[in-house]
Amino acid sequence: MWVRSTLAYRTSFLLTAFGNFAATGLDFLAILLMFSHITVLGGFSLPEVAFLYGTSGAALGLADLVLGSMDRLGARVRDGTADVLLVRPVPVFAQVAADRFALRRLGRILQAALVLGWSMPRLEVDWTPGAVLLVPLMLLCGAVIFGAVFTIGAAFQFVAQDAAEVQNSFTYGGTTMLQYPPTVFAKDLVRGVTFVVPLAFVNWLPALRLLGRDDPLGLPGWVDFLGPVVAAAMCGLAWLAWRAGLRNYRSTGS
Amino acid sequence: MLYAAVAAGSFRRYATYRIATASGVFTNTVFGFILAYTYIALWTERPHLGGYDLPQALTFVWTGQALLAATGLLIGGGMDELQERIRSGDIAVDLYRPADLQLWWLAADLGRAGFQLLGRGLVPMAVGTLVFPSALPASPVTWLLFLVSVALGVVVGFALRYLVALTSFWLLDGAGVGMVAGLMCLFFSGMVLPLNVFPGGFGEAVRLLPWSSMLQVPADVLLGVHGGPGVARALAFQAGWAVALLAAGRLVQSVATRKVVVQGG
Repeated sequence: MWVRSTLAYRTSFLLTAFGNFAATGLDFLAILLMFSHITVLGGFSLPEVAFLYGTSGAALGLADLVLGSMDRLGARVRDGTADVLLVRPVPVFAQVAADRFALRRLGRILQAALVLGWSMPRLEVDWTPGAVLLVPLMLLCGAVIFGAVFTIGAAFQFVAQDAAEVQNSFTYGGTTMLQYPPTVFAKDLVRGVTFVVPLAFVNWLPALRLLGRDDPLGLPGWVDFLGPVVAAAMCGLAWLAWRAGLRNYRSTGS
Repeated sequence: MLYAAVAAGSFRRYATYRIATASGVFTNTVFGFILAYTYIALWTERPHLGGYDLPQALTFVWTGQALLAATGLLIGGGMDELQERIRSGDIAVDLYRPADLQLWWLAADLGRAGFQLLGRGLVPMAVGTLVFPSALPASPVTWLLFLVSVALGVVVGFALRYLVALTSFWLLDGAGVGMVAGLMCLFFSGMVLPLNVFPGGFGEAVRLLPWSSMLQVPADVLLGVHGGPGVARALAFQAGWAVALLAAGRLVQSVATRKVVVQGG
């Protein structure tokens, strides 16, 4: 239904899809502008940064396509329309995810995929079948991790109602951070996105392994392959948070 | 004074959403940290890039985060509320009111910007200055000129968004134009990367566009890049764009209201 409704305003749909494509493209343009002045950033070359950019962008894009509407939950709690979701015979989670499903978000995925496709042949990586397979696995685990963050953020909205932006700093802020090499950031920040909000597993750790770099925290090598485990754990956590949020929900009564 | 009351009301309205403001401050601070580290990496590789030294570049980052909400760099697209009123036809009611449509929305936007500057601007700026080296000026005159420059930037931002919102008269759903306009705003204001880092003729051209009034010019005034007469020129540049864009908004508005078709009802 949301797909058809957005297609009804054709000019607007094309412009928003283009906008989504270009929005993320601007980030990359900024990186290109930076590289017009330098050859390495934090010890990483342009194709390497592009690889980080593409994997982080595509993972977030996938999560955003499916669950990007979750941040509207706060507004629904505020104006009382969240009550409607509870009485329908469909899981609340599915309804919130489908609320204003926006096809235009494909633009982000497409753009990230293009950058990723450009970067991969330019990397100095021995593309064994295992290495090739690692890339889709990264995207999938990354999307699940971002999806879990979206869900936890939405669960938090049941309580906070008006704090959708906090979630943005973890999702959109997270993806911006992951576009750059971990060597750029202070150790504490890298620790934070490894152990507290495990965004480093979206692309940093597997990418460092692929590119043959040491990670700045000096973690043992097997940690790089923990992506699926971390993704599963995050899902469990998100499920618990969602249930707790739903149970604590109090209608505004309006 | 009617418009002062509108502005004050708008200020209070945004002041009501305390949790939203707090979460906005958090987000601005997080983004500021991420940007600051990438700029450190960039300026370590190329010191004095774009004529800034590292403390200046970092102050630029935090100025951007402080002005992000106030000058509407983030909401850069259109004005959702006005667009919704045009789409739903409520605009017909507004047009009958004994107040000027453009001035009404300008007053409301100034009130909003005033709150955003205090509510969302001060804390990220303070955090950034404490954690990273900074090049904030000591002279109160520079700060005063900075505030004037910010105010002009807010007006330019409003005038642009007003124009975008008016396109809803023709397109009905203004989300698309709003999005593209928002992107141009992010990129050409200096939010993505300071405009003086943009290479060659492209950089020169970009600095002449109205969007540079919204971040690049105020930041340069704060950083004291211009020097005496340069500041006057910078402020005149902003004022020129403000007047031109407000006039354009007025023109489009008169064309649009002549063709108002009230939907439904």
